[in-house]
Amino acid sequence: MAPILRINDLRKTYKGGFEALKGVTLDIEEGEILALLGPNGAGKTTLISTICGITVPTSGTAVVAGHDTVIDYRKARDLIGLVPQEINLEPFETVWNTVRLTRGLFGKRRDDALLEKILRRLSLWDKKSSRIKELSGGMKRRVLIAKALSHEPRVLFLDEPTAGVDVELRKDMWEIVADLKADGVTIILTTHYIEEAEAISDRVGVIDDGQLLLLEEKEHLMARMGKKHLHIDLREPLSAIPPGLSDHDLRLEDDGCTLIYTYDTKKDRTGITTLLSALAAEGIILRDLSTRQSSLEEIFVGLVKEGAA
Amino acid sequence: MNFAAVFAIYRYEMMRFFRTLLQSFISPVISTSLYFVVFGTAIGSRIQEVDGISYGAFIVPGLIMLSVIMQSISNASFAIYFPKFIGTIYELLSAPVNFLEIVLGYVGAAATKSLFIGLVILGTASIFVDLQIAHPFAMIAFLVLTCVSFALMGFIIGIWAGNFEQLQLVPLLIVTPLVFLGGSFYSISMLPPVWQTITMFNPVVYLISGFRWAFFDMADVPIGMSLLAIAAFTGLCMAIVWWIFRTGWRIRA
Ligand SMILES: Nc1ncnc2c1ncn2[C@@H]1O[C@H](COP(=O)(O)OP(=O)(O)OP(=O)(O)O)[C@@H](O)[C@H]1O
Ligand SMILES: [Mg+2]
Repeated sequence: MAPILRINDLRKTYKGGFEALKGVTLDIEEGEILALLGPNGAGKTTLISTICGITVPTSGTAVVAGHDTVIDYRKARDLIGLVPQEINLEPFETVWNTVRLTRGLFGKRRDDALLEKILRRLSLWDKKSSRIKELSGGMKRRVLIAKALSHEPRVLFLDEPTAGVDVELRKDMWEIVADLKADGVTIILTTHYIEEAEAISDRVGVIDDGQLLLLEEKEHLMARMGKKHLHIDLREPLSAIPPGLSDHDLRLEDDGCTLIYTYDTKKDRTGITTLLSALAAEGIILRDLSTRQSSLEEIFVGLVKEGAA
Repeated sequence: MNFAAVFAIYRYEMMRFFRTLLQSFISPVISTSLYFVVFGTAIGSRIQEVDGISYGAFIVPGLIMLSVIMQSISNASFAIYFPKFIGTIYELLSAPVNFLEIVLGYVGAAATKSLFIGLVILGTASIFVDLQIAHPFAMIAFLVLTCVSFALMGFIIGIWAGNFEQLQLVPLLIVTPLVFLGGSFYSISMLPPVWQTITMFNPVVYLISGFRWAFFDMADVPIGMSLLAIAAFTGLCMAIVWWIFRTGWRIRA
């Protein structure tokens, strides 16, 4: 099956001459959740804006289900829902009216039952007659989502959907995203929260300085790039790492009861064997061994540092 | 054409208007009454008639034009500037609508509102003076055309404006003087000859004159000229809107 969104060498230079996108190429499969990570100013919002019609690309193309987003913009935009990063809502308008407006703008017939379903799912139904200014920040963000869903998009862009949202609501949001995925909606979300990408995405893209540095299945990424930690439980606690072991990347934790050895799974030689013989030579007695995978966060920080170097 | 979108914008804008319907109704009633007290009574006691029409009746077309022009501009300019200002414009830009549909929705709503106000003023005025309308259809047509063309102009101003000061600038510096000097409250023939010539460069003169013709069957300039002027003005506004549409000027970065 052809990808639902094909981005080909997309570039954007803003009027002042700033190049915010330096040629992004990316295919997104129908029904997947792609998380875009990247530091402030990386170009995540610019990428979304350029696809959704907020700005015009300087060159390159984005094609949604076969429709070019510039040439065939009506058919392309029909399929796209957008939840912007900023909470852009008219303060004096009611929730119901603003959601209804969006559906109308997309040329869809009035469907109160559908809007009710969406508002209920986002726990906004009892707020439907409230004015936007009477809502909390998290509610406003959900109104933005309700608006985006009101026209039944097949591709949904969520630009930092959980920025400034408390932990519980964030979990809620993840569930909503999972629900949408179950309905077959393709989701592209940006986030600064690595655990978010880790929790809900199928694939992860890392953007920095207008370039896509990396695009990988989340699992592959973690397996391929990951550092691993070997946790060595000791029978007797150590007060300090013995000088004989100073060549190894070791940390002492749990009041000296655990030694943690960090190694790179990509390397041929992980150094585990030498470490274990060195431990034996020091006369340290082991109780247990376990390994742990590093999180996306560590991978991400490593990548950005590498890019900067 | 995405007519559903045009209607959605129109409806959304009109709802804002209906929410404050009482205000929208009362303020033109009061201001018109004030005009009649000041101009009709104070000046009218000195100028009894202009071209055989009582002064009170004579100023009605100009009064309506004055309000309708100002209202059309401010309604439309604010309606499109506001989404730019608070960021809700993202929604228009990412929806499957073209610029023409956006213009139709906003300009249609702004023109409807000012048409309503024009009719309220007409109704209020008829309480104060005895009015007969010589060409009712022409009167309505003129009124609608004025509402639409100045709403278009307001839309352009709203797109152009980068801040609230600029939003006020054009109406304040250009439109208000042109309207006041456009013969709302006097006949051009009452001016000294030099000023009569200068006045002919004021496009609003043609509008008010044409509108007055629809009421009293008499005009400062031939009615054909008035029609030509309003048509040219509407055409110019449409051309600018079309150009904005083509270039995305001030809308899409
Ligand atoms: N309208 C604009 N005009 C000029 N430069 C812009 C404009 N919008 C964004 N930029 C610049 O483009 C770069 C990318 O911005 P963008 O908003 O895409 O970053 P981002 O990855 O979304 O960041 P954040 O995580 O902070 O939201 C930044 O350097 C920003 O200053
Ligand atoms: Mg951003």
